[in-house]
Amino acid sequence: MNREDFPIFQEELIYFDNGATTLKPQCMIDAMVEYYSKYTANAHRGDYDNSLKVDLLYEEVRDKVRDLIHAKSSKEIIFTSGTTDSLNRIVFGYMRYRLQPGDEVLITKAEHASNILPWQLLEKEIGIYVRYIPLDRHLVTVENVMNSITPKTKVISLAQITNVLGDERPIKEIGKICRDHGICLVVDGAQSVPHIPVNVDELGIDFLAFSAHKMLGPTGLGVLYGKEELLEELRPTVVGGGMNATFDSEGNLEYKSLPSRLEAGTPHIAGVIGFGKVLDYLMSIGMENISKHEKMLKEYCVSELQKIPNILVYNADIPGSNVAFNIDQVFSQDTAVYLNHYHICVRAGNHCAKILKEDLLVKNTCRASFYFYNTKEEIDQMVKVLKASENIFKIVL
Amino acid sequence: MDPILRREIILDHYQNPHGHGLVDEDGYIKINTNNESCIDNLDIMYKIVDDVIQDIRFDGDACAISTSATSIMISSLIGKTRKEAALILEEYEKMLNEENYDSEVLGELNVYEDIYKQPNRKKCALLPFESLRRILK
Repeated sequence: MNREDFPIFQEELIYFDNGATTLKPQCMIDAMVEYYSKYTANAHRGDYDNSLKVDLLYEEVRDKVRDLIHAKSSKEIIFTSGTTDSLNRIVFGYMRYRLQPGDEVLITKAEHASNILPWQLLEKEIGIYVRYIPLDRHLVTVENVMNSITPKTKVISLAQITNVLGDERPIKEIGKICRDHGICLVVDGAQSVPHIPVNVDELGIDFLAFSAHKMLGPTGLGVLYGKEELLEELRPTVVGGGMNATFDSEGNLEYKSLPSRLEAGTPHIAGVIGFGKVLDYLMSIGMENISKHEKMLKEYCVSELQKIPNILVYNADIPGSNVAFNIDQVFSQDTAVYLNHYHICVRAGNHCAKILKEDLLVKNTCRASFYFYNTKEEIDQMVKVLKASENIFKIVL
Repeated sequence: MDPILRREIILDHYQNPHGHGLVDEDGYIKINTNNESCIDNLDIMYKIVDDVIQDIRFDGDACAISTSATSIMISSLIGKTRKEAALILEEYEKMLNEENYDSEVLGELNVYEDIYKQPNRKKCALLPFESLRRILK
């Protein structure tokens, strides 16, 4: 779908690394260039035309994000540098002051590093306990969540869709459990918001983090969503310009209200404006349609790969938008280098989920992750190359 | 070097590497090396007696280049003194950095003479030598 909107396809390229970052449509690039070439100004500052225009555009995008995830108010949308930044702010700006020694945070071994390391650091700093919900054949089940909860459980923090196997967690059910038990639900939406409709209200999400660049937008920009009453309690981890109401030499300091309070310094204005364009673009395609197309591609890819005797697929039965595989007896990086020779981009490695191997028993995989602009023909091309993989070392060595 | 011969040497060392498998014996020093830019991860253990490298063993997960480079490094170093090993390391690094080097010293390691053309794989070829550098310190 919509391949003509992506200038990068003018070159020969099969891009199956959308879990890492996505390609950029011309409308996004144009919007950023226009800001830099025609009306550069800071936001929230001046009384001149360009500054007012920037201010309006910037805040409009906040409203678009609100609509995308069905937040109640634009005050609940904070622009950050990405999912990692958002999750770190939740942990070090909110949880650090709310949790007590002995409180438990539940995560899983399939989380991305950015949803593990901040919690582990907080564990060392203030004496909370990070516990792992057992996975049932790599998946989170409602039953295992229930069985993992103790009276000390205060937070459950999970990716809605994981980045290695691409499984979607039952967030709505987990959200209900969290409400019933007074547990705060943090959701890493880096791999879900770009691919499926997400409604924070229906799902019962307290905090949500995601990145613009994984959904056609610019790098260096992300979103922190939090329920307003929670964000009111989230302490700024970065202070400076744009977020203070008043301060004096005595150290008296008053912060601005939400959302400005949590956006210190000049924000990524060009990025936010570009992000606004891709939100319109994605909404016009429809998140349901995107999800449907990707699931079709995955099913097709798995069925084709399974016809090749020496290909191992690790997540065949999991609906989603990525395929984790290896050529039997070949190190994943060699496979990725081999595919690169044919201009096919896949990721090799542990995909920032270094402790999942404890559960998966496979350390490294190749991951082909799809987006709506990918096609069956591209998959055919990869399958053809993988079928001829007895030649792999002639190519990679 | 003839590309077909070069590939055969690399592939042979990759598929039947020297010194594969760690041992549980006294006298070895174990070093972990991993490649920050990719996913190779090797444990390499050295047994050095009276300044001479007696044995080297390794285990881990690594690509064809890292694994074969480890194997060739091992076969090149066993029986060498620290000083001789340091010379091999020095000339090997020069080769990978496109500087003038003494190919006589490097023997089979010359198979990586063109690896500098693939910057992402150069790191793989250097990976086992990181452990050598540390052991020679």
